[in-house]
Amino acid sequence: MRLALLLLSLPLLAQVTHQRLLNAEKEPGNWLTYSGNFSGHRFSPLKQITDQNVAKLTPAWVYQSNSLQKFETTPLVVDGVMYISEAPSHVTALDTRTGRVIWRYRRTLPDDVRVCCGQVNRGVALLGDLVYVGTVDAHLVALDAKTGAVRWDVTVADNKTGHSITVAPLAVKDKVIIGIAGGEYGIRGFLDAYDAKTGKLAWRFWTVPAGGDPEAKTWAGESYKRGSAATWVTGAYDPDTNLLYWGTGNPGPDWNGEVRAGDNLYSDCLIALDLDTGKLKWHFQFTPHDVHDWDATEVPVLINAEFRGQPRKLLLFPNRNAFYYVLDRVTGQFLLGKPYAKQTWAKGLDDSGRPIRLPGTFPTVEGTRVWPSVAGANNWYSPSYSPDTKHLYVATREAGAVYYFGNAEYKAGEQFNGGGFRSIPGEEEWGAIRAFKPTTGEVAWEYKLFTPPYSGVLSTAGNLVFGATAEGQMIALNATTGKLLWRFQGGGTVRSNPMSYQSDGKQYVAMTLGNSLYVFHLQP
Amino acid sequence: MFWLAPFLLFQLQQPLDIPDKNPHTTAADIEQGKRLYMGRCAGCHGPSGDGGKGANLAVPTLPRAAADRSLYRIIRYGIPDTEMPGSLMDAKELWQTAAFVHSLGQVPSAPITGNPQAGAQLFKSKGACLNCHALGNEGGRIGPSLTGIGARRGAAHLKAKIVNPTADVPDQFRLVQLTNKAGKTMRGIRLNEDTYSIQIRDFSGNPQSFWKADITQITQEKKTNMPAYQGKLTDTELNDLVAFLANEKGAQ
Repeated sequence: MRLALLLLSLPLLAQVTHQRLLNAEKEPGNWLTYSGNFSGHRFSPLKQITDQNVAKLTPAWVYQSNSLQKFETTPLVVDGVMYISEAPSHVTALDTRTGRVIWRYRRTLPDDVRVCCGQVNRGVALLGDLVYVGTVDAHLVALDAKTGAVRWDVTVADNKTGHSITVAPLAVKDKVIIGIAGGEYGIRGFLDAYDAKTGKLAWRFWTVPAGGDPEAKTWAGESYKRGSAATWVTGAYDPDTNLLYWGTGNPGPDWNGEVRAGDNLYSDCLIALDLDTGKLKWHFQFTPHDVHDWDATEVPVLINAEFRGQPRKLLLFPNRNAFYYVLDRVTGQFLLGKPYAKQTWAKGLDDSGRPIRLPGTFPTVEGTRVWPSVAGANNWYSPSYSPDTKHLYVATREAGAVYYFGNAEYKAGEQFNGGGFRSIPGEEEWGAIRAFKPTTGEVAWEYKLFTPPYSGVLSTAGNLVFGATAEGQMIALNATTGKLLWRFQGGGTVRSNPMSYQSDGKQYVAMTLGNSLYVFHLQP
Repeated sequence: MFWLAPFLLFQLQQPLDIPDKNPHTTAADIEQGKRLYMGRCAGCHGPSGDGGKGANLAVPTLPRAAADRSLYRIIRYGIPDTEMPGSLMDAKELWQTAAFVHSLGQVPSAPITGNPQAGAQLFKSKGACLNCHALGNEGGRIGPSLTGIGARRGAAHLKAKIVNPTADVPDQFRLVQLTNKAGKTMRGIRLNEDTYSIQIRDFSGNPQSFWKADITQITQEKKTNMPAYQGKLTDTELNDLVAFLANEKGAQ
């Protein structure tokens, strides 16, 4: 009897040490962080599923969420257990082979949660024997990885003022990094680090400077107080520079820039912070004085490559504003910037990477047509970098919007937008998964999608790129050529990112499609 | 039993406090409601209420908020399991916003000069409208249903559409032409489309679905199948037809 139990039981849960997170590539069967590694690659070194056999991919199991909210989670997998977050702020542990529930954490929320775009969550973080999740009522919670019991629960900010958390935390060294959402509520944005063991606040970096900070002058009057610059998408980390790289969101109010004259730092920026102190090492602002809601909250991709003959530490950033950027991640120096989707707002970028705006592109009361749309050429969903093909894969949106200027009266806990938008009547919007040569931004191939996508991509050592259409299909493309090799209709709009893991020697690919998590394997 | 009192208060307070009818509907209220709406709601619903990513509010009867009180509750508390959040505005501001939202779907009243009975005859006979449009259980499905059209559209709009229908074809009634590998062509109204397939309604009213892999060409036609009635109806007939449609308020 005892023997039978031992044989049937799950493998012993080992501690997820920082060392394991640093060397995630060495255990390709697990998926230990949001992007698969600290460099934001979303690449799986697994190669059981390849361009030769992917046509035989079939569902192994499906997990249905009880929520009708968007299901945006990236599952994490360690040693036979999968950890997913579910809307609004729940966490579920599943057996990776059977899809059966091991434990659930169900959070009780206040009646009237303030969050702009759905009570969603994009995933958890792992460190030691804890699972970390941010909640829409703006708490950070640490759960026991074996039981789901709450080990600590700290208030990050007040949800009554529109602060919420939807981002997957990033656990690094001895800290848990958590961003804040609320860019449509006139919050003052920040990025926080908490002691991973105790939940004690280690540091806070305000993404909207105040007081003696010289950059506070980039906000007219007291507009910085509602400057937003939220931090709602998981960033990257480089152990060599010991820097965290994180994107920041739109300035508030979104579409009325008149009440906040100036560049509005550090909105729409990439910020590089020292992990230990939270001090700003450098910043780069993509869209100074943004009036189109083009958050720079995309996933930064870190690679080391030769750039114009020099080996360099690079940061790749396909921005919502339709420009593709390459920065030096040690110094923040701008190296390259060019449009990668239709855009009508800038003539180009100057030598420092600052956009040269075209006249007549600001929102008006009557409406102004501008490309890209509010959702941008790219958004929170993940790009992927394959060290095999050396391509950067990006699900790209091709659409414009009509932008409107409106009043901006701040009231705590109320949306603070100053206008609005709508799609362009009659425009045939579309999208594509594109493979870019990272150091030049040249397109290697393109796979066209009928509808602009809202989901990310995964590349694998099997010469594959997994992604999805907004119409519900999950797809697999040849990573070298872009040829379609497999597709599956999951039955609901896809708003998430794929990942891959291995269990009992078998490779799986997982992605939420609609309100269900689908896990695929090769037909036995 | 002191603990019971606050509990009951919490349970009962809001529903009992909300009046049935919006108490703030003056022109000044609607104007203030518009200011609030533009700052806080237009981001998703669009400045005219006809949708950006939020629901279309420019309809005479909101599906989830037919009554003033339900609209107030939705603005105040949001809609669970959707992206619609609640709002902390005070009661007067909530009502003013509701008044403006309500105004978005109202059809401007215009004098109707025609004879609706004569228009009803034209609708069925000379106009042959039922060939494509539904009215109640009768008629076709090639064009938009006209059941209750008078509650959704004003007389001026109806007249313009009858005279010159090509000016603005609704997205859901786009004409497409498909050519298959054998060179055969099919035409119809596009019902749905994705990266790999397209669904149309043919002119017999039957839904049809095709894999794009089997189709060599898909052409979107800018025009509409609806004939322009300019010159085909006399001015009197046109006014009678408009009067009939403007009075068509649907099943009560």
